[in-house]
Amino acid sequence: MLEIILKQLLNGITVGSIYSLIALGYTMVYGIIKLINFAHGDIYMVGAFIGLIVATQLTSNFIVVIVVAMALTAILGVLVEKVAYKPVRNSSRISALISAIGASIFISNLVVLINGPQREAYPQIFPEINFVIGGITISFLQIFIILVSIALMFGLYYIVHNTKMGVAMRAVSQNMTTARLMGINSDKVISFTFAIGSSLAAAAGVLVGTYYRAVDPLMGLLFGLKAFVAAVLGGIGSIPGAMVGGLVLGLAEVMGVAFISPSFRDAIAFGILIFILIVKPSGLFGKATKEKV
Amino acid sequence: MDSILNYLFNDYIIQVATITGINIIMVLGLNLITGVTGQLSLGHAAFMSIGAYSSSIISIKLGAPFIVSLLAGTGFGALFGALLGVPILRLRGDYLAIATLGFGEIVRVVILNTPYLGGALGIYGIPPSTNLAITAFFVVFTIFFMYRLEKSRHGLAIRSIREDEIAAEMMGVNISKYKVLSFTIGSAFAGLGGALYAHFLSYINPIDFGFMKSIEQLCMLVLGGMGSITGAVFGSIVLSTVPEILRFASEYRMVTYGIVLILMMVFRPQGLFGKIKVNV
Repeated sequence: MLEIILKQLLNGITVGSIYSLIALGYTMVYGIIKLINFAHGDIYMVGAFIGLIVATQLTSNFIVVIVVAMALTAILGVLVEKVAYKPVRNSSRISALISAIGASIFISNLVVLINGPQREAYPQIFPEINFVIGGITISFLQIFIILVSIALMFGLYYIVHNTKMGVAMRAVSQNMTTARLMGINSDKVISFTFAIGSSLAAAAGVLVGTYYRAVDPLMGLLFGLKAFVAAVLGGIGSIPGAMVGGLVLGLAEVMGVAFISPSFRDAIAFGILIFILIVKPSGLFGKATKEKV
Repeated sequence: MDSILNYLFNDYIIQVATITGINIIMVLGLNLITGVTGQLSLGHAAFMSIGAYSSSIISIKLGAPFIVSLLAGTGFGALFGALLGVPILRLRGDYLAIATLGFGEIVRVVILNTPYLGGALGIYGIPPSTNLAITAFFVVFTIFFMYRLEKSRHGLAIRSIREDEIAAEMMGVNISKYKVLSFTIGSAFAGLGGALYAHFLSYINPIDFGFMKSIEQLCMLVLGGMGSITGAVFGSIVLSTVPEILRFASEYRMVTYGIVLILMMVFRPQGLFGKIKVNV
């Protein structure tokens, strides 16, 4: 029994750390322009596909695959922001949300047009190595996914807290008008945020591809929504919140599948979502915002 | 040969017209929630599925007459609308949108995994009792109902919530009562639409009522203009018929859909017929 629990714990942390990577993109964008970036899940899917193309056509060197996917997807993220979000930045919230939904529909269906709706097998980038520690089998891939996620999160933490751009990001998220008065180019900061968030999503896409060994053009919607749940769970707008939220969601989902029923996997995430929203809408790490009259 | 072609063509047009009518009923329900009250809902299809499934079950398993199953579908839509409305309408804006979205997904997953409701196979053999005349009757009824509601004292209270919630509360409007009321009525019409839909196609499947269906309904509302009955009707007609006309380009349909949404929000966010700016 203990072995099963430990095994599931490891699975949960693996999936959870991937959720965290995607959730970071949602939370950063929301923190800065108060918009649910509905296209984020599809950007993650495109990242996975770019990784697939690089891995099958160019090289199976993991570093190259993930770096190329992250760089190209960052450009895509900035492009989406310029086309679909920037023009509606001063419109009502619902306009921005619908524009984001439009971007999501456009990206996923463009990939369907190019690739077809079928699943694609992901190449095996890593040899299958399993360690057995105290009766539990741990795959090298799981350890690797967790380590890559941790490294990327530390990278993000460094950027946000120790660079000039990071300071500007935090300033804009506090108050865009004041930040602008202080000479911060808010457009540049917003583009940078989208670039970082999208590249993290691309990394998550490549990791998911190597973990589940398959990708498909419509995988962005559900996985993205669940990552969004993770961001809300941790408190949207909070970077540590997104990390913790992702882990909690991953663990809850894996435990739910193992001990309740595998068919209710997706309902678990959204059940948690509604529960959190009703009990503590600001999430675990979020600040409650006061209504401005 | 000519007459066969003629017959088929007419049949096809009647089918498209009926589906359009059903969409009008549901989008008017969504208009009450999102356009008139200003509460963004991304789970309208969930109430449609509740109406469709409850009316089908009552028709098939209990052998109830059509009108009873329609009333049951409407009633269950309203019941679940109220049940969800009470806890979540304290939430605002984006959070409310996400909660309704989550509710929609939960309903879909639960139906998908309940053998009694047919699971992934759906339900077959629902009596095909809906026809164009019945749909037209309910469309007229819904338009009349929504018009009267908006013009009434209650309608004024509901609109005041959209304009400024805090000011409305100060003026003594019972905000939570009216929010739940509007959510319940809106969901009831989604339930009615779902019941009509099930009894028209005589086959339903959980995939028909997913997130994309909710988005489709929202798009119809947005295209016409939120808060406008004319707009909701017009948007439903355009987005129900244009994809049929453009069926030859069906591969590009969804891509175009995405572009249209973005362009619409950039250049005319209030919709084609909308006068008001809804701030959710």
